[in-house]
Formats: sequence, C-alpha cells, structure tokens
Amino acid sequence: MVELIAKTPCDGLLPISLGAVTLTEVETGPITSISSLKGQKKAVSDALKAAYGTAFPAPSRTTAKDTARLIWSGRGQALMLGVAPQIKGAAVTDQSDAWCCVELAGAGVDDVLSRVTPIDTRAMKRGHTARTLVQHVSVVLTRTGKDRFEVMAMRSMATTLLHDLERAMSGVAARG
Amino acid sequence: MRVDGKGLVNRDKAVSFRFNGKSYSGFEGDTLASALLANDVRLVARSFKYHRPRGILTGGSEEPNALVTIGSGAGQEPNMRATVQEIFDGLDAHPQNAWPSLERDALGVNDLLSPFLSAGFYYKTFTWPKAFWEKLYEPIIRRAAGLGALSGDHNPDRYERAFAFCDVLVIGSGPAGLMAALTAAEAGADVILADEDSRMGGRLNAETHEVDGQAGPDWAASMLDRLAQMDNVRLMPRTTVTGAYDQGTYGALEKVGHHQPRRAALPLECFWRIVAKQAILCAGALERPIAFPNNDRPGIMTAGAVRTYLNRYGVAPGKSVTVFGNNDDAHRTARDLAAAGVNVAGVIDSRGDAQVEGDFPIYTGGQVIGTDGRLGLNEITVRHAGGQRTIRTDCLAMSGGWNPSVHLTCHMNGRPVWEPSILSFVPSDDAIPGLTPAGAAAGHMSTAACLTSGVESAKVALQALGLKVKTTNVPKAEDGTYAIAPLWYVEGKGRAWLDFQNDVTTKDIKLAAQENFRSVEHMKRYTTQGMATDQGKNSNLNALALLADVTGRGIPETGTTTFRPPYSPVSIAAMGQDAQGDGFAPQRFMTSHKASVARGAPMIEAGLWYRPSYFPAQGETTWRQSCDREVNMVRESVGICDVSTLGKIDIQGPDAGAFLDFVYCNMFSTLKVGRTRYGLMLREDGHVMDDGTTARLGEDHYVMTTTTAAAGQVMRHLEWVHQALRPELDVSFISVTEQWAQFAVAGPKSRDLLKALIEEEITDESWPFMACGPATVAGVAGRLFRISFSGEHAYEVAVPARYGDSLFRLLVAQAEALGGGAYGMEALNVLRIEKGFITHAEIHGRVTAFDIGMERMVSAKKDCIGKVMAARPGLVGDDREQLVGLKPVGNIKQLTAGAHLFEAEAEAIRVNSQGYTTSVGFSPTLGSYLGLGFLRNGRARHGETVRMVDHLRKIETLCEVCDPVFFDPDGGRVRG
Repeated sequence: MVELIAKTPCDGLLPISLGAVTLTEVETGPITSISSLKGQKKAVSDALKAAYGTAFPAPSRTTAKDTARLIWSGRGQALMLGVAPQIKGAAVTDQSDAWCCVELAGAGVDDVLSRVTPIDTRAMKRGHTARTLVQHVSVVLTRTGKDRFEVMAMRSMATTLLHDLERAMSGVAARG
Repeated sequence: MRVDGKGLVNRDKAVSFRFNGKSYSGFEGDTLASALLANDVRLVARSFKYHRPRGILTGGSEEPNALVTIGSGAGQEPNMRATVQEIFDGLDAHPQNAWPSLERDALGVNDLLSPFLSAGFYYKTFTWPKAFWEKLYEPIIRRAAGLGALSGDHNPDRYERAFAFCDVLVIGSGPAGLMAALTAAEAGADVILADEDSRMGGRLNAETHEVDGQAGPDWAASMLDRLAQMDNVRLMPRTTVTGAYDQGTYGALEKVGHHQPRRAALPLECFWRIVAKQAILCAGALERPIAFPNNDRPGIMTAGAVRTYLNRYGVAPGKSVTVFGNNDDAHRTARDLAAAGVNVAGVIDSRGDAQVEGDFPIYTGGQVIGTDGRLGLNEITVRHAGGQRTIRTDCLAMSGGWNPSVHLTCHMNGRPVWEPSILSFVPSDDAIPGLTPAGAAAGHMSTAACLTSGVESAKVALQALGLKVKTTNVPKAEDGTYAIAPLWYVEGKGRAWLDFQNDVTTKDIKLAAQENFRSVEHMKRYTTQGMATDQGKNSNLNALALLADVTGRGIPETGTTTFRPPYSPVSIAAMGQDAQGDGFAPQRFMTSHKASVARGAPMIEAGLWYRPSYFPAQGETTWRQSCDREVNMVRESVGICDVSTLGKIDIQGPDAGAFLDFVYCNMFSTLKVGRTRYGLMLREDGHVMDDGTTARLGEDHYVMTTTTAAAGQVMRHLEWVHQALRPELDVSFISVTEQWAQFAVAGPKSRDLLKALIEEEITDESWPFMACGPATVAGVAGRLFRISFSGEHAYEVAVPARYGDSLFRLLVAQAEALGGGAYGMEALNVLRIEKGFITHAEIHGRVTAFDIGMERMVSAKKDCIGKVMAARPGLVGDDREQLVGLKPVGNIKQLTAGAHLFEAEAEAIRVNSQGYTTSVGFSPTLGSYLGLGFLRNGRARHGETVRMVDHLRKIETLCEVCDPVFFDPDGGRVRG
C-alpha cells in the first residue's frame, strides 16, 4: 500500500532570522475547535478544567496546563492545542491541518508587529490573544513571552503571512 | 555664503552633492536649500505658470518655490522641497519645469504673455470647439504648466506603514512641545514627541534666544537628552503629523531613508497611524510674505527664513541684506545679521511709529514698491516717509507677520477664530476632541509664553488621563511683546505675488471679486490660490485679506477656506506601501499548488485562491488543445481536479437540520446519514445566493459546501441568520475549508482508481450516487463523497491538508496510468456547461430559482429565507429571462459570454434585447460551441432560432435555443 507524506504549512520556508528577530514554524500538535452547545457553557468549561486543567478562556485570553492550551478564537469559540479533547456538550471539530502557526521572537518583536498589525501589542501581556490582521491576513495573535508571539493564520495563506512578516522584519532590521 | 562661527551644521564633515548637473559641497546637517545658499546659488526653480525664475522663499516644509526632483529613473521623486531635503553624499537634485535649462527657459515667454494668462483665462478662451479642449488645449496647457513628473515606471522603492499607540502625542518640538512632552512624561504618561524636522527644537534652533540662561539650541538639546533617557517617551524626528482623524487617530509621515543613500531594505518613508488618548498641537507658526510688486525674485525670502539660514546653518543668504516688515519680529533679522557681521543695507518698516534700533539705515513708514534683477534680486525701490529711493541688495527679508499653524485643528471641520492682536487666525476651542493647541500654534508669540503654554496644555491632557502633574517649573526666557500693524499688500506697478507656487497675483484676486467669485471658496477655485502642494500655507491670509478689502468686508467675515489633510504632501506610495503588486491581497494556495506549477499550469485567481487553468501536455501549444484533451480524458477515463477551494462548513448541533431547512430552500432535516444533497440558498430578497452540496455525516453533524468565491459570504450569512433571526436554534458552525484537501476523481475509471487507494469496499451498493462517509485513504482517515460536477461517475476524496500535496501527486500518477490525468478550470467549465450545471456566472445575483428552472426545489412544506420574496409579482412568469442552452446553427460557429440575444430578424439595439449569454465553451464531446444564457420566456422557446450579438467583439451568431443540459440528459453516466 502506498503511503501519504505529511507536509507542514510552512514546508521549506522557515526559519528566517533578520536583525534580532527570528521567525520559526511551531509544531502545535492537534488543534481542535470547541464551541459549547446551548446551556452547556459552564459544563464544558468544567469538563475541560477537570480533564486537562484548562478552563474555557475568556475573550482575548488563553488558558494552559502542561501541553494543553486553550486559545479564545471567536464568539463562544476556542481552539485547543496540544491534546485532542474528548468532551460532551460542545461542537468539536478537528482543525489540526487548518492552521499555519509561527513564532516571532527576539528583541524588537513589537516593532515588527507594529508594521503589520493595527492593534497595540505592547498592551498585551503573556497569554493575551487577539483576532486581528497581519497586513491583510486574518490571524490569531498570542503573546507567549516578553519578546515572543505566536501567529496563527489560515494554512492556505502561509506564504503571504511569511512574506508580510519577513518584509516587516527586514524594514525594522534595516533601521539598525 | 558661510558665516564663520555661526550655525549648528557639522563643519568637520563635508558632504558632496549635485544640483542642476553641477557638484557642490555642504556640511552634515545642511538641507539642500542651505547648502545651495552657502554656495551662492539663488536660482533654483521656475514657476508653475509663468516660468518665472524662483529662489528659496522659506526655511521649512511650507516652501512653495524651491521644488526639485531627487534622483532619476524609476525611483525619481518629483516636487521634493529643497528646504527640508537633507543633503547626503551622492544626492543628485534636478530643477523642474524648465527647458532647455533653468537659466534659459524657453517657456519664460509665458511671462510676457501674462496679461492674457490671468485667472479664468482658460475657461474663457479655450471653449470652442468643444472637442478641442480635451484633445488639444488641455494637453498643451498641461505640458506648459506644471511641476515635477514621475518616471512612469514601476516604483522600485520600499515604503512602510506602522501603527503606534500612546497616552499623549505631542506634535512639534519647539519650546512649547518640549515642555508639554516633559510635563506629560514626568507624570508617567506614555508620550510620543513627533517633529517634521531632522533636528528637534523648532524655532529655538533658528533664533538667538536664551532659555534658562542657555543658548536656545543647547537648552533644546539638553531637554531632548532628558526625554530620550525616559522609557515612556518615544522621539520621532523627521515625522510630520499630516492629519487628525476620528477617535484620536493621527496620520504621520516619517522620512526614513530620504536623507541617506538608497539601501534596498530600508524604507524611504513610513506612514504611521498614531492612536493617542490626548494630543498637544505645538506646530508653531509660519511667517507670511507681503504682496508687493515683483516680490517673487530669487533672493526675496521671509525674514524668519533668513534667520534660520544664518543661525541654524551658518549661511548668509546675501552679502547685502534688506529687511521689510510690519512687525517688531522682523527687526531681529537685521540685528542677528549685523551681529554676525553681514551687511544690512536697510530696514524698512511699514509702521510710521516703529521703534527700530541698530547700526543700519532705517526707513519707517516705508514700503517696498518695486524690485529688479532678472535671475536674482539686485535692487529694491523703497517709498518711505522721507521720499523714494533705490537700494542695492541681493537679499530681501520680508515679514508680514506670523500665522499660527492651525491646519490640523481644522481637519474635523473646525473653523479657526480671528485674533486681532496678532492679525491672524487661532484654533477654535475643542476643534479636535482630545487635542489641545499650545505655543505659537495657539497664538502665543513669545518664547516665555510658549514654554508656559506647553506646561499648561500638558496639564489639560494629564487631567483627562487622570494623571498627576509633577513638573511645574517653567524656565526663564524672552518675553517680548509682538507689535504688528496690518500690511497685506502694496499697491504699485507690476504684479504682486500671493501664491508663489500657483502664480496667483493680487490682480487675479481682484479679477475674481470683479467677476463675482466673492466667496473665499469660489475665489480659491477661480484663481487656484492655495491649491498647490503648499496648500496655501504662504498665501491664504494675504489673499483673503485682499478679498476682504475689495469686497468691502472684514477678514473674519470673509472667513478662510477649508484646511484638509494632509498637512504637507504624502506620497501615495507611503500610504499604499506593501500593498502594491502581489501585496494587494493575500494569496491562497492549495496544497497541490507546487505540483500544479511544476506541471506548467498557468494559475488563475478565483477570489483570493489560485487555481490551475489547464495542464499543458507535451506538444500542446494552445490552451484549447489542453482543455479539449482534459475534457475527453474525464469523459473517457479519469481526471483529477483539486476542489479544496470550495467552502466547507462544519455544522453541528441538535438543531442543525432545522437550521439548514431555514437557510436552504430545499429540505435537509430529512436527509439520511451518509447521504449528500444539492442545496440552493436564497437571499432575503428571494434571489439565488449560492448553491452547493451538503453531506450528513451524523445525526447532528453536516458538512456544507459553498462555491469558492462565496464561501465568506455564506459563512457571514449563516452567522447572521443564527445570531439575528434564529438564535433559539442549538447549532454551531465553523469553517473547515482549510482542514481538508479535497480532490475530484471524475470519469468512468474513477472507481478503479480509488479502489487501489481506499481500504473500504466501493460498489454501487456501498457507495451509490450521492453517498458519503469516512474512508481510509492510503492509511489516512479521510472522507469520500460520490458527487459529480462533470456528469460522470465521480467522487470527491478528502484528506487532512498535510497529506494534500502527496495525495494529489499520487492521484494524478494513478490517473495517468489509466489514460487520464489532472484537469484544470477550463476543462471543469466545459464539462459543467455540457451538463448545464450553473456557477456564479449564472447565479450572478439577479436571478431567482424560477429563472434557473429550480422553482420546484423551493419546498412547499416549510418556510425558508427568501421564499416569500421570491414569489413577488415580477419575479415569476413568462416575462422573466430564463436559463436556456444555446447551440450555433448558422455559418458563424463561435459563441461569446456577455453577448445579447435578439430575435433573428430584430435590430440589435438595447430595447430589442431578449436576454444574454453567461457561459460558453467549446465542447469536444459534442464538437460544437455550447452556451448557457438567459432568454425571455426561454423555457417555452426551445427549438427557436435567436441571434447572439456581441457588440464589443463584433460577433454575431445564429443560435438554436435548447435545454441547458446538452449531454447525457437522463444522467445515466453519473449513476453507472
């Protein structure tokens, strides 16, 4: 029997380093969207907390424990990264292959993001997340450390996302 | 010429540059203007209309005359102001609007024709014959008049945009701005201090004032050092705040690479959007010229500019300078020059009672009534209390007073207020929410008043932010009074310029008033005063004061024209930045993209997606050859097509079926698990919105497909329906378009191909037409749908996207082994036209289910969106244009899409149009062009002959009207 070869969304395009900032692809593990059904909000959050130690996150927030992470991703919706949840009372959809996930890290990372995203990333604390834009690409942007962000975009737009981030990085790097 | 011991330029670092083909030397810190004046170059430009010789008028961004083109070729930049362009090694600047040379400009003849070229001349003269205006007169006039030009080539330069956020934005870094920034920063506010100049400090760098016992520039430098040390302060030099917008958003243009040799990655400019909770406008004031006869010669400058060149750049703009003003401030110019050892040939003050002190000739109650010097000033004529005399002079410093820079305060329709004590306009209160004007911009005319005003305005901002003020110390500085008496223009022989850039003189304003263009807005448009790139910064007040006089009104009553963003020119490239070319929109690539490109497939845009048009085989030279082969391949063996771009929406919940019944016009709650159904979705107004298949994967679980281009629209529609119309339904949906790579496997051999890849048994019993379910594809958990858009026995196979590339290559290889292969959009289109399947070419937004022959799909058993509205009179019936098939029957065999349909003998004019064609293609299967179109009462007219007329392409074809399903009408192939 033939075997299918798996490819990552940024296959062959990363890493990129320019100036003090580096862009690398992130292996997220499984990604699952979770959306509570009617009246199940608390039960779903409790179940997630009991099973994985991660309650359903408030808007623009994340929760995490060990390898499991929950990232708010829209109205009544969150993405679970790292483990594939087994829970009842929610619409649960596998999205593991839908997202391209990259990490932007290094001193001046806020300067790079300020070239492509219209929100104030300096006001985001670690674990804060936002549905916003990188240039014209819709993204989930999460601060994961002092000089560290994770950017998730639609898999099909990976090339454009990397192109736009690289342009921003090169512009900042060129200023020295 | 340089003056020893003066200026802030770095005399240890020489810089060489070129202007007008000659090499010159300046110093680091020089602008092009200061370096040219240091080299005694006075003639730098020709004027817009009359091609008059022009020099440097000002020392800042308001410069109307000294515009040059920087560089050459694709990256050349026209209309750069020499007064703000910093010099760097290798800078190459060219004069504009002069031929054959700046010194001998052939079109200088326009100046002799000036009596004929006054305001309104073109409107009155070139009116006949009408057609000549656009084709002949306008092009000639445009060529004769004008400033610099773009190269016409693609712009190779890099531009950037960026966003910034702060508590307090301080605009301008003069004495008021520095104090405002420090006061705000010390209170803990997050501060941005932006200034258009490369060297911050505002007028302090151009004057000889002391602040706190220090020289002005030294005090400014120490303040800037202090601010730079603070974590909560960002200094943005070379950054012009160009506009004030809603919600505390300000546009700002930063010059990043303009002052240094080009480097590929370094942006030339960065366009900032700064969101500030509070803003303080310390934009200073601009000096206005006086309109006296022949006041436009090179060597005539504003008095403040002469001080700027002397004190900041160490340059005397002339060897023997005269000063002409109506206020005490102008006297400083004479005093500074005299102190620096430059000869002052006379000070002319229009006020009879003016107190002027100094070791130079003084003419009170005087006016300059004439000037001489062809390519540069060499003499002025003065009329004064004691008579009339001529004075030899190569530089005249003029001052008509200072205008506060109220520009930004007017961007939200605020109107400035007349302030008689300074004879100018000041900002009205609360003109921009959250913005406080301070310093000279607010009408404070002494350094001490500016420093105090900076602190006070910061207090206003801090209070709004809820922060406590910590600094209240205001340094000591000059606190003189600003005495001024009105002098707007001087009557005399010869033209007196108001708007130097657009060549508008006092005569033009009088003419406008005489011809009843008496409103200031009408006058502006009739004369073009204030409409050049300096936006009237130098001319507005003088022009409206003159208009007020000639119309017998006061200045406040006459009012000002409207200031609009940007404050100074912003290149379109900076606003567009990376959005040019491919950057215009994101590109969405399918997992098969690389493999398709490797096979030489031209990729075409479908929404944001890129899809293969066709896959050229060896020996094929036209797309039609490839397309015909691919169609035959699908009809005879098997073809592979990536259909991942179709929208896929995962729908879950106990009410999923009820929800689908509401959004689709047909029933989905009754669909069996493991089956797929074609669905039609209507808009609220009853017209068709989208179509697609929806599969039921479980009791409470469906997957809907949409067309590629409408995926976003459908998703938005579902959200709207759920949130606004049916919130009681327990249903949840999310896009899974990106999760699955999905491929059509179509053709009589499709099942043979899939049997080799899929573990589950595939037979007509286990996978009948429209079956769906999970399938193991080469060991990977996938999905299989038996659906067809080609009319053939066909499947769509889906796997998680990570395997898409691999599966596509595998499917194509297997298909090729069976005599098939990959097919693209062209073949897909022909295949569906042969079957009469619709796309958005047909459901283009103006058709109903009735029009496309699907009215019976609208279920009678339930309500759905659009059902009631689709039944409105006029949307159903014989008058409607209905979907039909078209086949050529005459000598001409070609059909084109977008053509109109007429009765065979009718004249092909608009009122006779019976319909139009929407999709056409050549069918290799049937050996003929086939078309789909809409024809009035078309379903009743099968067999009739109509005439297709394509007025654009000049094609006329006689067609037989037929059923839109041309091939296999009973659908035997799809089931077999």
